[in-house]
Amino acid sequence: MENEIIRLQNIAVSFDGERVLDDLSLSIRDGEFVTLLGPSGCGKTTTLRIIGGFVTPDAGDVFFDGKRVNDLPAHKRRVNTIFQRYALFPHLNVYENVAFGMRVQKKKNAEIRQTVERMLELVNLKGFEKRGVGTLSGGQQQRVAIARALANNPSVLLLDEPLSALDLKLRKDMQGELKNIQKSLGITFLYVTHDQEEALSLSDTIVVMDGGRIQQIGSPQDIYNEPENAFVADFIGESNILDGIMHEDYLVEFFGRRFKCLDAGFGPREPVDVVIRPEDIDIVEPEKGHLTGTVTSVTFKGVHYETIVDFKGFKWMIQTTDFHGEGSVIGIVLNPEDIHIMKKSAYSGQFGDYSSYSEEFDEMADPDIDLTQEDGGGEEE
Amino acid sequence: MMKSRSAAAPFGIWMTLFTIVPLGIVVWYAFTDKSGAFTFDNIRAIGDYAGTFLSSVAMGAIATVICLVLAYPLAFSISRASERAQQTMVMIIMLPMWMNFLLRTYAWMSLLENNGFINQLLGLIGLGPVNMINTSGAVVLGMVYNFLPFMVLPLYSVMVKIDVRVIEAAQDLGANSLQVLRRVLLPLSVPGIVTGITMVFVPAVSTFVISKLLGGGKQMMIGDFIEMFFLGNAPNYNVGAALSLVLMILILICMGIMNLVDKDDEDGGGLMV
Repeated sequence: MENEIIRLQNIAVSFDGERVLDDLSLSIRDGEFVTLLGPSGCGKTTTLRIIGGFVTPDAGDVFFDGKRVNDLPAHKRRVNTIFQRYALFPHLNVYENVAFGMRVQKKKNAEIRQTVERMLELVNLKGFEKRGVGTLSGGQQQRVAIARALANNPSVLLLDEPLSALDLKLRKDMQGELKNIQKSLGITFLYVTHDQEEALSLSDTIVVMDGGRIQQIGSPQDIYNEPENAFVADFIGESNILDGIMHEDYLVEFFGRRFKCLDAGFGPREPVDVVIRPEDIDIVEPEKGHLTGTVTSVTFKGVHYETIVDFKGFKWMIQTTDFHGEGSVIGIVLNPEDIHIMKKSAYSGQFGDYSSYSEEFDEMADPDIDLTQEDGGGEEE
Repeated sequence: MMKSRSAAAPFGIWMTLFTIVPLGIVVWYAFTDKSGAFTFDNIRAIGDYAGTFLSSVAMGAIATVICLVLAYPLAFSISRASERAQQTMVMIIMLPMWMNFLLRTYAWMSLLENNGFINQLLGLIGLGPVNMINTSGAVVLGMVYNFLPFMVLPLYSVMVKIDVRVIEAAQDLGANSLQVLRRVLLPLSVPGIVTGITMVFVPAVSTFVISKLLGGGKQMMIGDFIEMFFLGNAPNYNVGAALSLVLMILILICMGIMNLVDKDDEDGGGLMV
């Protein structure tokens, strides 16, 4: 691939006999913003640590600029990491934290001062040089960590859930800043997160992972609009996933009804997974709908109502700006572009039914809950 | 007010009974003669023991440095082990301490003797016998063996709190093992180093059992003289008390210097390292 800067080839890693990464191959282009996205324990942090030089894979190779670097220790790699919860040096002030990399390289004091000042300006921390890192807020510590990593002039910056310890508002601001820094410096960012929204808004390329394997690689639009399996469809955004049968190209049957769709290339009468995004569904009068169902619950989410509708025992989520109260009967219309067809996979049947909907994603977006998981999980991640 | 005063009472009673009163008695003995009259003679007599003071401090210092050098990597490897393993490793370090101190030192005596276990082993391969017992080396060895756990434990308890990610961050920024040690580990473990040095140096300087058993009376330390003045054939509590007092002041000065180093490091933000 052109401008390839990092390549992972058939990587496998086990911790204590438990397989964490399974035959993982990945290529990253120079200057790209790549996000590894997946739930806790999917292997995304391990992948990052392999590139950083902190985990040696049991099998497979790591290439950097075409050179195999499996045996190169962390301190000799031209990548720098922004660690979860920053890992700043508690015994050094802001200036010395940022200067650390240049100090170990024995750079001249004048050069160090210049670079530190430039970096602190970049992250909006001018005037904080003499402050101890313990006196800084989470967001400020985060900025020091960014400045410290960038001061080493890395070709690739690895970011391990860098914003997970910040509150929502600050997280949004920092997302924008990170994206700007990446654009203005033009260096490759490899970003690990479990937050799908973060991944969608920041990345050039998203790598969706689960169970130590890559589930899908693509642009945010591809991942959202054309999920490859039920896991991806469910993990990125909300999805209603139904069993269907592909009759011929552009014609699918589910709920005993045939619908036109935009997908082709399936075998005759092939069983498939049908994905319908909650925001794509149009609600109409019952008699005008393709399907009719009964509203079982409504939650106000600010921008829209999250409406759970029972269709013949299968519950769908519909996001709508119109209020339809519990118990009301509605009809829905599905246009061909609202229907996405996926091949059956190991994940089929596990996701996409809202019968036992428990706001799982709201929980996952809670930074505190995630932190305790990460603490407990530790190595497995 | 009443509440905090009554809470402080146990400490006050303890301190008075076991610190202030005994210390007062020592001071009283040190500045009086046998008839109880005030005198500086005891303090003046200490001049005769200047050499012993010096060699005691030197031997204590050597033992402390050896303990530090041995304990540092030991404590580090314990602190990086799994939680379960840490408990076992700490227990193994402490295990000898549950054996009587005298017994352990006697054991070293029989190991180091001219026809002891080590020399017998050496004899088997045609070496020796090497004279080990009754040398200052034997005394330092006894100190290191007996006091090593007091160095390992405070170092371990500081190191176990050092986040592994901080070490990784240093490596990530290009620091090799030596640079990680010098720029991150050492500065972060200074409190443990200071505590460890205190806990080894103080008992090492003032020991008399180790020097008596392994030094055989040839390597007299200040503790031996103090013991002699209190329990010997010609007891002289007054000179003994004066020696104790001076030893205590000497140790206080050493600790003061140590704490100064500790403080500097905190204030300077590690810039000096």
